[in-house]
This record gives sequence, C-alpha cells and structure tokens, in this order.
Amino acid sequence: MPKLTIDGIEVEVEPGTTILQAAEQVGVEIPRFCYHERLSIAGNCRMCLVEVQPGPPKPAASCAMPVADGMTVKTNSPMAMKARKGVMEFLLINHPLDCPICDQGGECDLQDQAMAYGADTSRYAEAKRAVKDKYLGPLVATQMTRCIHCTRCIRFAQEVAGVPELGATGRGEHMEVTNYVEKALHSELSGNVVDLCPVGALTNKPYAFNARPWELKKTESVDVFDAVGSNIRVDSRGPQVMRVLPRVNDDVNEEWISDKTRQAVDGLLRQRLDRPYVRKDGKLKPATWKEAFEAIAAKLNGLSGDKIAAIAGDLADVESMAALKDLMTGLGSTSIDCRQDGMKVDPAVRASYLFNSTVAGIEEADALLIVGANPRWEAAVMNARIRKRYLMGGLKIGLIGQNVDLTYKVDHLGTGPATLQELVDGKHSFAEVLKGAKRPMIIVGTGALMRDDGFQVLGAARKLADAVGAVTEDWNGFNVLHTAAGRVGGLDVGFVPGEGGRDTHAIVEGAAKGDIEVVWLHHADEIAGERLGKAFVIYQGHHGDRGAHRADVILPGAAYTEKNATWVNTEGRVQRGRLAVFPPGEAREDWTIIRALSEVLGKTLPYNTLAQLRDRMTAANGVFGRIDEIVPAEWATFGDDTPLSADAKAFALPIENFYMTDSISRASLIMAECTDVYINGNDEKKTGTDD
Amino acid sequence: MLRDQDRIFTNLYGFHDWRLAGARKRGDWDNTKALLERGREAIIKEVQDSGLRGRGGAGFPTGLKWSFMPKEVGERPHYLVVNADEGEPGTCKDRDMMRHDPHKLIEGCLLASFAMGAHAAYIYIRGEFVQEALNLEYAIAEAREAGLIGPNACGSGWDFECYVHRGAGAYICGEETALIQSLEGKKGQPRLKPPFPAGVGVWGCPTTVNNVESIAVVPTILRRGGEWFANLGRPKNTGTKVFCISGHVNNPCNVEEEMGIPLKELIEKHAGGVRGGWDNLLAIIPGGSSVPVLDKATADDVLMDFDSLRDAGSGLGTAAVMVMDKSTDIVKVIARLSRFYMHESCGQCTPCREGSGWLWRVMERMARGDATVEEIDMLFDVSKQIEGHTICALGDAAAWPVQGLIRRFRPAMEQKILERNRAAAGAAA
Repeated sequence: MPKLTIDGIEVEVEPGTTILQAAEQVGVEIPRFCYHERLSIAGNCRMCLVEVQPGPPKPAASCAMPVADGMTVKTNSPMAMKARKGVMEFLLINHPLDCPICDQGGECDLQDQAMAYGADTSRYAEAKRAVKDKYLGPLVATQMTRCIHCTRCIRFAQEVAGVPELGATGRGEHMEVTNYVEKALHSELSGNVVDLCPVGALTNKPYAFNARPWELKKTESVDVFDAVGSNIRVDSRGPQVMRVLPRVNDDVNEEWISDKTRQAVDGLLRQRLDRPYVRKDGKLKPATWKEAFEAIAAKLNGLSGDKIAAIAGDLADVESMAALKDLMTGLGSTSIDCRQDGMKVDPAVRASYLFNSTVAGIEEADALLIVGANPRWEAAVMNARIRKRYLMGGLKIGLIGQNVDLTYKVDHLGTGPATLQELVDGKHSFAEVLKGAKRPMIIVGTGALMRDDGFQVLGAARKLADAVGAVTEDWNGFNVLHTAAGRVGGLDVGFVPGEGGRDTHAIVEGAAKGDIEVVWLHHADEIAGERLGKAFVIYQGHHGDRGAHRADVILPGAAYTEKNATWVNTEGRVQRGRLAVFPPGEAREDWTIIRALSEVLGKTLPYNTLAQLRDRMTAANGVFGRIDEIVPAEWATFGDDTPLSADAKAFALPIENFYMTDSISRASLIMAECTDVYINGNDEKKTGTDD
Repeated sequence: MLRDQDRIFTNLYGFHDWRLAGARKRGDWDNTKALLERGREAIIKEVQDSGLRGRGGAGFPTGLKWSFMPKEVGERPHYLVVNADEGEPGTCKDRDMMRHDPHKLIEGCLLASFAMGAHAAYIYIRGEFVQEALNLEYAIAEAREAGLIGPNACGSGWDFECYVHRGAGAYICGEETALIQSLEGKKGQPRLKPPFPAGVGVWGCPTTVNNVESIAVVPTILRRGGEWFANLGRPKNTGTKVFCISGHVNNPCNVEEEMGIPLKELIEKHAGGVRGGWDNLLAIIPGGSSVPVLDKATADDVLMDFDSLRDAGSGLGTAAVMVMDKSTDIVKVIARLSRFYMHESCGQCTPCREGSGWLWRVMERMARGDATVEEIDMLFDVSKQIEGHTICALGDAAAWPVQGLIRRFRPAMEQKILERNRAAAGAAA
C-alpha cells in the first residue's frame, strides 16, 4: 500500500485512493466545489489544488490525483494557498453579490470558502455575466447567474437519477448548465440537485424566501412516505415544518431523498384534524375530547368483541398500533389488521414480509428479478441504489409486471403470474440467470401480493428463491418491497388477525353485512367508506381525508413530524422518528389518545409513559429493542404452493400517482402541482399567457 | 541550410501529383513491407534514436510516447489517433501536408500503428479542411485498393484500417484528450490526466495521439535511419521542421528547414525578409499564437528550436512564425489573441473559463489605453493565476501571449495609457 506524507503526517492508504480522500483520512480538509463522494470525479472547479512532490512545479487537483508511494503533499503551502485564492477570485468575478437575497445564504459552500480564501476587495472592474434562468419543474428554482459550473447537478442527473436531461451548452464563459428544452426534470429525485448545488443556482422552489437556515430547529427523524425509511432532518420554525432534508445513512438512503419526502410537507398544514369531531344528526360537529370518548364508550358499551374491528393504515406508527392492539384485546376483539390493501404475507414468518437482502445488499447482488413492482415509484431512493449496482456492471435484471422505465435496462419477461410460474418450473431462461448468480435477488412488490392469488404468488416466489439458491447462510435474496411506512411495524407488533379474527377483507365484508358494528380506522384512508355499511366508524388520524369523511367519531392524532414514534422500514430496520413540532390544536400523540380512551372504557392500559409502552413492545417482539439494526429473519416455508393459474390477470401496480399516495401528500399543493406537471404531462414551462 | 536531398516533404507546395502514382515516384510506399518486417521494437527504437520530438507544439519525444503503450495487446484494442485538428492561429503546415502529400501520412499511420499494436488509426481532421479531408479519403481509398492498407497491409500480415473523422470547429479539440472526447461523440472537453491516453484513451482503450507532421516523417526516418535524422538540427532538437511564416514579410510561405536555424536566416532566406528590412521589425511570435512574443533584440539571434526558444522565454510551438513590423499596434494584436482564447476556452475548469474573459476585457481596455499603469501588474498576476492551474494547456496558452507582451512591450502599454490620460486631461482643460 502506498505511503505518503500529507502536511507532515505520514499515512498509508489503499492504492487508487485520491490525495483528497487520503487527506480526509488524516483529518486534513481540502476545500472543494465540484468533488462529491457519490458522483464521478470532474476535477473542474480547481479549488482543491495542492502542492505535490515529486511532480511538475505546478499545483495538482487533489480530487483526481491518485496517491503514489513516497509522495509529499502540502495542502497549505504558499503555492497551494495562492492557487486557491486565485480560483476563488475567478469564481467570484462573475458571481453576483446577492447573498442577502439568496436562499443559499448561510449554507453556501462558496460563501463559507470565500471567508477562508476570498480577497477583501475585488480587482475585477469589468461587467459581470448574467445568465438566463432555466425551467427545471415545480421543485427546483434556478438563478443561473450564480452558477459556478461545478456540474454536480449534471452528474447527479446522469449517474444517480438516471435521467440524462441536464448538460452544458456553450463554451468558455458562455457555458450554461441547462436542460435545453425547458421541460421539468423527469426524476423522482430531482430535489437532490438543490442539496448538491454548492451555491444558490439551484434552490428549493417551494421553500423560496421562507426561512434562513439559522432560524430553523433541526430534528433528526425518519421519512414515512414510502417504506424505505429514509433518514431525514426536519427543519422547523415555531409550529411549522419548513423543509425536509436528507440525513446520511449509507445503509438506507445514502444521502438522497425522494421529491415526495422533501416537498410534501406543505400538506402538514392543510386539511388538518385539530380537534375531535362527533357525528350528530348526520353531520360531523366539533366536540371536546370528553364528548368524543363518551360517544365511543356509549357505542362500545356491552358490545361483544366479535362485533368490533380495527384496521391500521399506512401512516400508523408502531407505538399506537401496539396500544390499539392491547385495547382491542381488552375489548375482546381479535379482528385487527394492518394491511388495508389486503396484501398477503405470512405474519408468523418474518422472512416472508421483509426485504431480506437489505438495501445496501443490493450492491452485492448479481442477478435481480422484480415481480409486480415499480421501485422507481414505490421506493425511489432504493431504485437509485439498484441503478448504482447496475452501473457497476454485471447485473442482469428481469422484470415481471408492467414494463415501466426504471432508469436502467431490464429484460421484460412477462406481465403476470404465468411468467412467474414458468420461472418456478424452470421453463424460463431467466431461471438459469438466477441459478447461475452467486447472490440472486428477487423483489416481490405489493402489487403482486395484494391480489386474491397473493398467497400463491408469495409461495411461488419462495419456491423460486429456494430453487435458484437465493437463500444461503450469509445471503437471503427473497425480498418484499412494501410501500407503506407502517406496514412492517404493524406486522412485527402483531397487528394482524388473532384467533378467529377477521382480516381487512373480512372486516369490510362483515361491516357491510352488519356483522361488524364498530370499525376503528387507525390512520387508514384507503378503505372506501361506502363499503363499511352501517358500521360505527372511529377514525383516528391527522388529515381530513377519505377515512375521516366516513367517520362517526374523529380522534385527531399526530403526523409523523409531531410525535416520537417507531417506524420499521421494508428491511425490518427499526428506526425512531422524533417530534419536531407539536400537533396542531387539540390533536395529541396517537398512543396517548388510545391510553386515555382505555381509561374511559374501563380497560386501562398498563403503561403511562412512552418508555413503558416501548418496553412492552420489546417484550412482545425483541426487534423493537434493536434500533437501527438489521435482525436477520429465519427462513421457513410460507405461502400457498398451489401453482399459479396460467390465465391469471397481469400484475397491477399499487401506485397510480407517485406524488399522491397518502393523506399528507394528497393535501399538499406542491404535490398537486407535481401531479399536473409529471403525471398529467404539463411539463413545459408556462409561457405567461397560459391560464 | 537544409540540403534538397534531406527534404522529407518533397511535394509541400503541390507542384507534383499528390495521388498514389505521384507519391510512389517520390519514394512513398517503397517496400513498406520490409520496414514492417523489422518488427515493433525496432521501429520504436529507430524513432527514439532519431530524437524526433512531437511536432504539435509540446515537443514531447515521439518514440518515448509510443513506448508508453502496453507492450502486449490485452483485451482492449490499441488505437492510433492522428491530430489533424490544426487550429493554432498562424499554423498551416498539416494542411499542406494532407493536401499535397497525403500518402506520407497514411504510410506513417500504418508504420506507427504497427509499432504500437494498433489495427486502426483515426485521423481527426479539422472540419474546415474540406479539400484536405477529401484528398485524404481519396488517398486512403487508393491505398486500400492497392493493398497497402486494409487486411494484410502491404502483404505484411498486419490488418490495418485508417479512418478520417471530421471535427466541428473547436480549437480545444486539438488538445489530445478533448480530441478523444470529441471522437467518441462527446462534448470536446479535456479529460483529467492521469489516466493518460496510453492507458485509457479512445473508448477506454490504449491510445496514442500524434500530430500529423510527427507521423508523416516516420516513413522517411525509417528509410534513411534515425541517425540521419538525428544528425540534422541540434542535439535534442533534431531533424527537419516545416515552418509557417506569415505576417509582415515579403513572401509568406511554408518551408521545410533544419531545426535550430536562426530565426533571422529563416525569414531572410525563405520569406524574402521583413517588409521594409530587418530594422523595421517590431516583434515576432515564433510558434503560433499561444507562445510569448519576441522583441527584435531577441529575434536578432535566436535559434528556431524547442530549447533555444524556451531559453529565450518563448517556445517553438507549432513553428508558426508571425512577423510584425513597426506599423503594428502590438497591444491590439495581443488583445485580439486574448479574444480568441476567451472564445475558444471550453468552459470546463474555472481559471480558464473565468480568467480568459477577464484577460480579454482588460486587454481591450489596454489597447485603448483606458486603464491604469497598476493594472498592468494586475493583468500579469491574473495571467499567472490561470497558468498552470487548469486541466489542459489552454489556460497556459491564454496566459502566455499576455505575459510575453508585458515582459517585452510594457513601455508600449504604458505609452498608450499616458497618451489617453493626456488627451483626457486636455479635453478637460
């Protein structure tokens, strides 16, 4: 391994390491603009110049220069400092002095580094360059005069997002970063270019001029708009969430988040349930907590447990599901289900519903079969990981289901269960690809499992995994890709039908027939209200969405930014979300509502604090005690072994509109605009004469 | 002075037939098979012995460059790329070679490719060279027809193809890695080095990029021996060189001469002398627009080769000699060159993108005298901030003319400033 000296510190590093990376290992920071560890090396900003000996008598770009044995690097020599000051001067001559009105102010790399390397006065007396702004869609605002041409956004779009829509036109000082056609950037990850931009050329459009970074309270939390569990930072001011940014977690989201995660938070301000409601004379009327609890108590009084049921939705946290389960048990009901879409998995076998290979494990896979899923929409950040693996080369990808553009090349094997059965029977050539792979991966989407033959699909996928050797001692290639943040948590906490209990389908059927008299919709918004017949509906949630419209009593809960809650992502990784702002009005953290109600019902739950509740969760399932860890699931037999019917209908996808999947994003104006632009195809820049 | 029998480019002026029949009469393609039979190592050795230095401007030893190619051809094929994107202002040598002597280049391509294990050579020709590209393509077709190139070239058993690729008019595509990018169909912007093209070049394969002249002289060197070539010129600056003399001379011309010929002799003998006599000389740019300008005192006795001109604070570059007599406004000349570099900067890296425009704007003011004397020092400092800080050498090329001007003609710049200030003061009074 090459040994070199950086600023007098000797260090031995892996061959192929660049000087900049080696310097980071010994804690020497080298300034940079264009270099980004998750993008290819461009070497164009020239800010990272250092003095290298032996070598030509000129500074070298440390981001691109590989280390060599015996090298002596000086990062602070007069030559290096002079070079950096020169580069900084060049960057600033055509950069506008509009920091006071620039949204990047306070978190701008150029601003920060100008403090260290900038001159106190300008020697540039000529006219400055002005560049026309570009249209990149509803999420990214552009002020291209500020651009320093680092090309990070271009490389991100090309490499990570897989939409080669950005580039540079023109030469020399006329070079402009642009998409040329004035159309929105067609990526679910487009917002990340805002984070990547080291200056204020690309900024967060919905957040424009709303806040300064130093005014914001930063809360580390977890995203709930899909089941990936991206790590986020919630920036809030007073009672309002101002924006969401990604946090680095190499095991989950690296440092990307999807546009929905980033931009749907304006939905937290609209359609909120900020007080309890009780239906009187057919109309929902504002009520006090006492009135709401009494209305529930009056209905439940003397009602046998088999007439009561609860369905937990996609945004339900583990704590409140645990409490609700305990309450339902107290009421004598076993009819509870956390799968409002009717997805078929085996709650008794954890491996049957987890993304067992883990997100980071995608990078080790060498063959991939996707069944009934569109990862680009169902888990946009994870899709970027698949693309990353694809770009490394040597990954063959097969797709059964709708043939959508996933930003990487796939073999479209078929559309329905028949093709999957062929693979199971070894009659399809792709079975050989999986068999020949060292670490084959099978991803089964919700769309393939929420059908009537879902158990057969599950069984077929399990058989295929066994047949191709996808499950070995150190590798489990069977994966279920969930779309709901609350799903795995619900399954882990046992929010599934107990002895003699009904599942979602049976609950709805029972309610329609009148066998079920009380249905508790816990954050569940995807159950069509008219199907519940005359049942008394208790809705607990945070938005006046579909579930609330059908409710007889509304218990206003907290959204994910307003509570300390546990979430389990599709890999089975237990993560903690944290309270950033308080719930609005009378709304309360969800588990406390259930705990308070239990007292009114005379079934007092045995915990008074969040810690006690969490202890109970851990006692019920050990995984809840292992935060941020992957607990490998035991492999077993699950699913229905009956062969799939050759003429079963094609797999449908669970998401019809990426931008509107839940009560928060449906309430978001920004997501409505995204729907118009990306789903309805109005992706060209408005001219000003459009209405 | 070069003897006629030592000339390599015997049809530089196009007096004779440029086609295969004419080329054969001049000795091209004469038993090329025998040259190939000497083997790869021997060819590279011969070129190394000749002391040939790259004719594209930088003057890197050609044989040494070839030796950087992997010895064995691995999974990735090797390529030879000929840089015929002749765009350096003042330079027009490759153009005449390709127009009047295309077979020298094609034969050179075969020999060089063979020496480096390449089965294909790409000639990246400047798009504006329409007739030259047509002649080259004609000559390639002729050579292929005659079995000189193509499968089993010259009966040697070596398969060789030669392709002409037209550029689209960017100065930067004459930089070898930008040329490679452009050849691959990408935007012409230089790549980072390392990796060097000999390791990772066209389509990621080992590649050598050589100037037209460097390749075209190879067949003659092999025929007459490296020693013959090395005995011409001066030590480390051997052989013959085609000089392009333009500007205020009585007879602007291209001429092949020995390396190390005194500049004054070159101009007086071949270009009919400076307009109005040698004493009317103001300045000479000796190697194309990117090298620093020489004043008369230096031009009086400087020798035309890489090392002498480097010692004189300039460079041989492409050996494009631009002569300016005393009627020239030298500040305006350099301002025009600065505009060229501002226009041709690719925009990839910061110092050149931002700095070349800054230099040009200040130079425009300098040409009008609309500046202060202190700004001359600032200009020099800014040019130093560009030089050596960029990915490719275009940054240096933009800085050097300005540096040369300040070094040699600072009084002319100050004079302009003073005159303008005086005029302004007069107007105010």
